[in-house]
Amino acid sequence: MRLYAIFVYLFLYTPIAIIALFSFNAGRHASQLQGFSLKWYGTALSNPFVMDALETSIVVGLIAATLASLFGTMAAVALQGVRGPVRALFDMMIYVAVMIPGIVIGIATLIALVTAFDHLNPWLAAIWPTQSAPQLSMGKLSLIGAHTMFTMALVIIIVRARLSGMDRALTEASADLYATPMTTFLRVTLPLIAPAILAGFLLSFTFSFDDFIIAFFVAGSETTLPIYVFSSIRRGVTPEINAIGTMVLAVSLVLLIIAQLILRRSDNR
Amino acid sequence: MTQRARNWLLLTPATAWFLVMLVLPVSVVLIFSFGERGDGGGYVPAFTLEQYANLPARWAAFKNTMVLAPLGTVAAMLIAYPLAYFLAVRTSQKWKTMLLVLVIVPFWTSILIRSYAWIFILGGRGIPALLEMIGIEGVRLIYTPFAVTIGIIYGYLPLMVFPIFVSLDRLDKRLLEASSDLGARPWATFLQVTLPLSIPGVATGCLLVFILLMGEFLIPALLGGGKVFFVGNALVDLFLQSRNWAYGSAVAVTLIVVMLVSVTIYMRLIARLNTQREDVSLM
Repeated sequence: MRLYAIFVYLFLYTPIAIIALFSFNAGRHASQLQGFSLKWYGTALSNPFVMDALETSIVVGLIAATLASLFGTMAAVALQGVRGPVRALFDMMIYVAVMIPGIVIGIATLIALVTAFDHLNPWLAAIWPTQSAPQLSMGKLSLIGAHTMFTMALVIIIVRARLSGMDRALTEASADLYATPMTTFLRVTLPLIAPAILAGFLLSFTFSFDDFIIAFFVAGSETTLPIYVFSSIRRGVTPEINAIGTMVLAVSLVLLIIAQLILRRSDNR
Repeated sequence: MTQRARNWLLLTPATAWFLVMLVLPVSVVLIFSFGERGDGGGYVPAFTLEQYANLPARWAAFKNTMVLAPLGTVAAMLIAYPLAYFLAVRTSQKWKTMLLVLVIVPFWTSILIRSYAWIFILGGRGIPALLEMIGIEGVRLIYTPFAVTIGIIYGYLPLMVFPIFVSLDRLDKRLLEASSDLGARPWATFLQVTLPLSIPGVATGCLLVFILLMGEFLIPALLGGGKVFFVGNALVDLFLQSRNWAYGSAVAVTLIVVMLVSVTIYMRLIARLNTQREDVSLM
């Protein structure tokens, strides 16, 4: 039994380890080990395309995760006091957002926004005071919009789980002691759900940072890091990809372990 | 401000976001699926069932998806179960959390990079090269259904382990003791106590993995090399290459319908399985 578990862990981590190992490979060929070197990290980090893509990924991830945490928490808190059809409708939207394949979210957002922009742009040009009216097009904003939608659903689920595990007596006691609803929220509820919000933020950022399929459709002329990696893989396996892959994995591993620790520690309290 | 007004205010941004980025796009797909293709691609408004009539042209993608998604789900379940059992029943409290986190964490890291790792391992200079050294030649692993299945198992194993673990972890361990006190052998205890009680976890895990697999694109794209393709690959082709929005929308709608129908049938089966078990326990 223990042997089996070791085998499964090896299965889970060997491929990751191989990528990391070969990223330190000094040789030009991706598949023969020829001594230790950090040169592929240097190559990757001095490649302007990689740095552009990295910047886009980080900017989109931070904005999407911030918006998702903010709006998601607001919704989760409000939903506590909402019953009936509004609640049912909201639950359904969260359910659909999580269940629908990412690829369908990608194509749906693409055709809906492109069609909407086609209608809005002439109109915008007509009412714009100067000659050079801005053109709406697919790019960072559409990407942030799509990522925020999906990750907001995640945040609502995580924060709501935390809220439902919370002792109602605490907020009632606070109200009985004449705290305003705002004070109760800031001094009682918020500290209790803060770990869930933070974990939701980290998961949202990780999702956005790692997402390929939605970005593939929605990013327009922008390139995120996963899109760059995907198009490079199609041109062949290179040590540079190994280095980028190792960095991407390292970033998400660190963020995830932090998120897990925050969630679990707060559960045990 | 009344509490009611405050709740509405708090819900406004999320509601607006869902409406613009989820409800509107999904409705557009539904509407476009009844339209026609424009001359230069894109969409021309119409009301026709032509796109749906053309679905058989993409039959191979649907067939591959409907064969490999259930197959991959079952394979992942068979591999995940013993591990979940080990973690829930045989692991001390001290190690449990850490070992569980170690299983879940890969799921949240880039599936792109993790699938890419298998191109490396299964590709010409990976396992086939090792096999050649011991005299087995001409083995081809990459760009086969086998490679896609390995990728699926690898990608979705964590998601399968977690719900099974939860159901086994919640299980009252005194039941197992009672069973062995009453003289049941370990296997009998497992088959008659542990396994039936973990069915909900197994069912949840299979459902989650199956749903995600139905929309899979990356694993077949990277490890199937254009030979083993899913509906997801057909969708990328239709929207980004041939820009046939109307037909692509019909394929997407069909994918969702197939997904909903399979999930409904599956839920019915699970529900029936559960009631049968209750019948047995009543006797």
